[in-house]
Amino acid sequence: MNEPERLPNLPEFLWADAEPKSAYDVIIIGGGGHGLATAYYLAKNHGITNVAVLERGWLGGGNMARNTTIIRSNYLWDESAAIYEHSLKLWEGLEDDLGCEVLFSQRGVLNLAHNLGDVREAKRRVNANQLNGVDAEWLTTEEVRKLVPILNASDDVRYPVWGATFQPRAGIAKHDWVAWGYARGAHAMGVDIVQGCEVLDFVTDGNRVVGVETNRGRINAGRTALCAAGHSSGLAAKLGVRLPVQSHPLQALVSELLDQVLDTVVMSNTVHVYVSQAHKGELVMGAGIDSYIGYGQRGSFPVIEHQMAAAIELFPIFARAHVLRTWAGIVDVCPDASPIVGHLPLDNAFINCGWGTGGFKATPGVGWVYADTIAHDRPHELGEPFALTRFEHGSLIDEHGAAAVAH
Amino acid sequence: MLSICCPWCGWRDELEFSYGGQAHVAYPANPAELDDASWSEYIFFRDNTLGWFRERWVHTAGCRMWFNAIRHTVTNEFAAFYRPGDPVPEMPVEVVR
Ligand SMILES: Cc1cc2nc3c(=O)[nH]c(=O)nc-3n(C[C@H](O)[C@H](O)[C@H](O)COP(=O)(O)OP(=O)(O)OC[C@H]3O[C@@H](n4cnc5c(N)ncnc54)[C@H](O)[C@@H]3O)c2cc1C
Ligand SMILES: [Zn+2]
Repeated sequence: MNEPERLPNLPEFLWADAEPKSAYDVIIIGGGGHGLATAYYLAKNHGITNVAVLERGWLGGGNMARNTTIIRSNYLWDESAAIYEHSLKLWEGLEDDLGCEVLFSQRGVLNLAHNLGDVREAKRRVNANQLNGVDAEWLTTEEVRKLVPILNASDDVRYPVWGATFQPRAGIAKHDWVAWGYARGAHAMGVDIVQGCEVLDFVTDGNRVVGVETNRGRINAGRTALCAAGHSSGLAAKLGVRLPVQSHPLQALVSELLDQVLDTVVMSNTVHVYVSQAHKGELVMGAGIDSYIGYGQRGSFPVIEHQMAAAIELFPIFARAHVLRTWAGIVDVCPDASPIVGHLPLDNAFINCGWGTGGFKATPGVGWVYADTIAHDRPHELGEPFALTRFEHGSLIDEHGAAAVAH
Repeated sequence: MLSICCPWCGWRDELEFSYGGQAHVAYPANPAELDDASWSEYIFFRDNTLGWFRERWVHTAGCRMWFNAIRHTVTNEFAAFYRPGDPVPEMPVEVVR
């Protein structure tokens, strides 16, 4: 496992940037992974092709191409396991479906346990996963050592490894290629992808949303679907809707290109770092959000320092690697660390947000579910538990254990 | 690293503090009369402002007192730090950069 993989070639043609038309059947706000996947499945599964994806910056310039690309479905609760597992199954067929590579690599994800509390939480989650048909296993320290020889799983460390959960079907993909693959597919079926087009306000007629005002003029819409991640609450506020999300900076970093030394994804909530080695050889690392609200797309230094300390504790051989780049995205986090998918309290308007630190893995799944919701103007069974109204009914889906720190 | 001025201890590094979100969210005056929607609003919904924002901090690794601050959520610039019960400072005027 020493040779860095050679990257395949991208398809010759991806998509053409469109001038916005004056009206569409569906307008999707936000050209991240979720917006593009939603457009793709609207066209592919529902034959709705008079669709525009409006992106204020450039395609994939939000969280989509800033994330650490971890894909897994080992969430605790039935509702989460169902939507993330649906997504993972779509990932497994995605390259065939899109007709282009996204470097989806099912190299497995380990979640390390470092104390009795971790072990109990992890085993509970493995049991719940197995009941939901998710391929989760519990590995002993010895098994973890065999799987990841460079991990310091000895006893004489501050936070010894007491075992781990392992999901073999989990893995990583190349995030920008995923965005481009969906954009290419959607464009080929007739979807307009409009970059540099910022939605500034909405046009309403009574309780109906009938269009948007943008920096490039007014565009009418039969249905309007928000997919704006960290900027969702500002947009919803323009419709008079308050969302229970808080936007935080979330950082990641990469090292220089190194020989392949790590062929699975390792996450630790307790010492707080997660790391994988990308196809070209860079170590990709991340950790937690900055605790405070932030829209600056840059994070604070102590978070980096903390995660580097954690990484070196777990992987002493990383001590000589160098940080090449650090960056941040803006993630919108819900009180129960689960997303919001479904209707806004207005006619013809839909919301998808609150995926926080973990929505990349959901890209195919949520695109599928959200497109179905928009096409039929009713919740999809996998999306229904994630309605905005759950905060009023108290039917929260608490994934802090599986999601708040981990991705 | 943010520098934060505890109104009791003075300037310290961000690491000594914990965040408390939106400031001046009062406990409902008439709790017995609230319906589910109003309780939900009080418990789960907070402003998520882009721009100047009144927020709470606690000096966890210092005097452990709660206080308020006005911070710009894009630039992280602080405009004021004040104690609970102090007069609430005016919001700075947004400077277009
Ligand atoms: C550092 C980091 C690491 C992460 N790691 C992981 C991980 O390992 N695994 C995982 O599953 N998830 C991870 N995530 C989370 C994941 O990236 C997000 O949940 C997901 O990308 C959100 O969906 P999106 O791709 O549609 O968002 P985005 O790509 O952010 O798309 C939203 C788009 O909306 C646009 N927009 C906003 N306002 C407007 C407007 N008014 N008009 C027009 N366009 C607008 C933005 O410019 C943006 O392009 C990570 C996130 C970050 C930041
Ligand atoms: Zn103090």
